[in-house]
Amino acid sequence: MTDTQTRISGIVGDNDVVLFMKGTPLFPQCGFSSRAVAILDHCGVAYESVDVLQDMEIRSGIKEYSDWPTIPQLYVKGEFLGGSDIMMEMFEAGELQQTMDEKGVKKAT
Amino acid sequence: MAGPVQEEMERLLQDAFSPTRLEVINDSASHAGHSGDDGSGESHFTVVIEAAAFADMNRIERQRAVNHALGDIPGQRVHALAIKASAPAA
Repeated sequence: MTDTQTRISGIVGDNDVVLFMKGTPLFPQCGFSSRAVAILDHCGVAYESVDVLQDMEIRSGIKEYSDWPTIPQLYVKGEFLGGSDIMMEMFEAGELQQTMDEKGVKKAT
Repeated sequence: MAGPVQEEMERLLQDAFSPTRLEVINDSASHAGHSGDDGSGESHFTVVIEAAAFADMNRIERQRAVNHALGDIPGQRVHALAIKASAPAA
């Protein structure tokens, strides 16, 4: 595993919910990242975010890590859940909230 | 009029999945001037695809299959690709 992959694996392992995105939750730099943040906020869960625009190694490495070509990417308890399309589909079906509950994810304070 | 990237995507998806429904929609105009707009007029797309091949796949596997079929287009040649993949009703 390369250094970047090890770093990503560490970030994913250390955080219950982590969103790799463009920009920050307060200032998303892309409509899809913005939508992903809005969905997580609606779910009311605590999450970490990683701004891939600040780190080119992570920006390209994350695509390799998950075999997924686009950003944002959501990880819950170490598992890759999907990008913003999947997040939206799961949210609309009530499955995202259910998954968070089942995995015992902490609520936002 | 479909641009060259749109036509290429339609051909790749047609060949890979023989879909029962396929729409490649160019959303680029509504993102003009946003981040990711490269001025090509082919920066943002939505793919709606229904194919029997997706029946035994979960959401991630379906999107991955579509992305793989499109090679270097998603995320590189096209900034944004929304994918709605489904299997025909049994």
